[in-house]
Amino acid sequence: MSIFADPRWGEALGHLPDYLGNHVRVSVAALALGLLVSLPLAIIARHRPVMRGALLGLASIVQTVPGLALLALFYPLLLALAALSLSWFGVSFSAFGFLPAVLALALYSMLPVLRNTITGLQGVDAAILEAAQGVGMTPRQSLFTVELPLALPVMMAGIRTSAVWVIGTATLSTPIGQTSLGNYIFAGLQTQNWVFVLFGCVAAAVLALLVDQLLALIENGLRNRSRFRATLGSVGIAALVVATLTPNLVRPQTNYIIGAKTFAEQYVLSALMVQRLKEAGLSATTREGLGSNVIFEALAADDIDFYIDYSGTLWANQFHRTDIKPRQELLAELKTILAKQNITLLGELGFENAYALVMPRKRAEQLGIRTVADLASRAANMSIAGDYEFFSRPEWAALRRAYGLSFRGQRQMQPDFMYAAVASGEVDVIAGYTSDGLIAKYDLVTLGDPKHAIPPYDAIVLLAPKRTNDEALRKTLAPLLGKIDIATMREANLRASGNDAASSPDAVAQWLWAKVGKR
Amino acid sequence: MPAMPLIAYAHVVKTFDAGRVVAVDDVSLDVAEGELLAIVGGSGSGKTTLLRLSNRLIEADSGTITVEGEDVRNVDPILLRRRIGYVFQSGGLFPHLTVAGNIGITPKLLGTRPADISVRVDELLDLVRLDRTPYRDRLPHELSGGQRQRVGVARALAARPRIMLMDEPFGALDPLTRDALGDDFRELHKKLGLTTIMITHDMTEAILLADRIAIMCDGRLLAQGTPSELSKSDDAYVGELLRTPRRQTERLSALLPREGAA
Repeated sequence: MSIFADPRWGEALGHLPDYLGNHVRVSVAALALGLLVSLPLAIIARHRPVMRGALLGLASIVQTVPGLALLALFYPLLLALAALSLSWFGVSFSAFGFLPAVLALALYSMLPVLRNTITGLQGVDAAILEAAQGVGMTPRQSLFTVELPLALPVMMAGIRTSAVWVIGTATLSTPIGQTSLGNYIFAGLQTQNWVFVLFGCVAAAVLALLVDQLLALIENGLRNRSRFRATLGSVGIAALVVATLTPNLVRPQTNYIIGAKTFAEQYVLSALMVQRLKEAGLSATTREGLGSNVIFEALAADDIDFYIDYSGTLWANQFHRTDIKPRQELLAELKTILAKQNITLLGELGFENAYALVMPRKRAEQLGIRTVADLASRAANMSIAGDYEFFSRPEWAALRRAYGLSFRGQRQMQPDFMYAAVASGEVDVIAGYTSDGLIAKYDLVTLGDPKHAIPPYDAIVLLAPKRTNDEALRKTLAPLLGKIDIATMREANLRASGNDAASSPDAVAQWLWAKVGKR
Repeated sequence: MPAMPLIAYAHVVKTFDAGRVVAVDDVSLDVAEGELLAIVGGSGSGKTTLLRLSNRLIEADSGTITVEGEDVRNVDPILLRRRIGYVFQSGGLFPHLTVAGNIGITPKLLGTRPADISVRVDELLDLVRLDRTPYRDRLPHELSGGQRQRVGVARALAARPRIMLMDEPFGALDPLTRDALGDDFRELHKKLGLTTIMITHDMTEAILLADRIAIMCDGRLLAQGTPSELSKSDDAYVGELLRTPRRQTERLSALLPREGAA
């Protein structure tokens, strides 16, 4: 069986009009904005050494900021601006998705355009400039009829570089809510769907190459003063933009947007929600791969309609609470806090995805360890591994304080590898996630937390302010509340981490519904 | 000499580098209507600066320059340049414009209708002896040096100027082309009733083409006059400049005796 017979190719292809169209939309807007700002700046700066130095320096610094960080930084910045504009002018705008992506990418596109425009303009022969003056041109006429046309080939080279950068970097706009070809890559990496990862990378590369070649054709036409080639290239670009944007414009607007964070469980649950809504005759789509802070702000701003979060995450990370309360009390208080922001805590799904200390079942039984309290006396001879953030999170400090834990050594690991590491004895204990399917796969146990050092992490459904009184939505989601137990979710997550057709979020969601739907 | 000069410099001074370099030092010079004046001098003598002062590519520090009776300071420099033809050293053609585009540029800036420009371009191509059809749509890099300079002359003439400024127009050409172009221009100058200032570092060329010659050295005007007037000068530098063409003439006539002559 050829690898192309894999049905995931078909699924990937099905997303293409949406992802590609959005990718082109955000790239074109960013590039256009970048050019609109960079070109006049470069023209003004060409005879002003101080301004030129400052501009190029600034653009270079922007370039050194990793693309993902730059995009992520624009989200809070715009949120603050939106709040400011609301309080000053009474006008608000969405800081989610398109706008921050366009601004960050436009900023990212500036350096090559600035540099090449300035270089190109400075490269025009002084004798030609003198001739322009000599035949009676004004400075403006000289700029537009002589300097810019002569600098154009060099400028086009900059625009090409910039276009390729923007198209490549636009894949990183997925976490701030802008759908792009990055959706394939983020979803694929999280659900170990290599078909998606490959598809996303190839699609982005092909798009970048195509645009680059079309721009090269224009550049070549300009350099050799061939109107035919320049026109052909321009027509090609225009055709590409129209072809990729049209399906988006004629697509019917979907009513519900369901947010999903960046890990497999979230992809599965959001897919399940979409299926339920569609079943109920409501149109729905997902906005996947959103960062933890982005997704909550997006919900509060009505940019997405609902999503699944975890009580402890909101408690500690969103509301910065350090006190730990029993499950029901914490949920009740959370509900009150959320209600102040007009966010509805609809209910729990029935399982928790908490941090927990995890070790192999056999080893735990041999040593008679069932809870973290049992572990404390032996910890001095043991090593522990956690994900990149665990050891700096409040939960770790709370655990150590409550049980007097002190390990021989601690290591940070990629979450996917932790479970295999503890199963093979590479480390003795890991800080795992209670709903992770790998716990069952490697026959591991989660240790009890009798002192409740770790807050509860109930999976809860949050509704955006505008959905507070949406009875149809409430009715559709109600059958899911309290139905998904930890064992079922673990199995679903395990299935989702497989690398075959049955492991796509959609397929797993169907399996999940088949299991819990009749409960 | 006619009563009113078309171009007149009076005690003109121009310095560069905050006064450290004196490019033009108290020069007074009149160019009569219909005259072809050559300015001769070595590099750095100030001859190009003097030329550019007259169409305000460079502004004088002091002194007065009048063109067609008007003080140039009172004339908009852009408009001034559009009514004075300027031929640059190596053509100065715009590489991205065709021959027709280059020739028609000043009329276009003046707002002449495209159809009229097209007719004018053909006239000018005839005038500088370039065939219309093969050359009109060529780009400068497809032309020989001599052809480029012919286009440069046509471009300068396009807006029917009364005055032509030429900065070493034939300096970079091979001797044969240079000779042919020089002769052709001399003819045009007469036919169109132009008043021309031409810069050259070649005394022979100046003697053969110009009505009068002005000699510059270190920013000062050393001497001016017809070749025969100059030959009577007792200035050492002027004598030295005239010695070369004289020696060349003697040697040439010795080496190339005319048939039947001595």
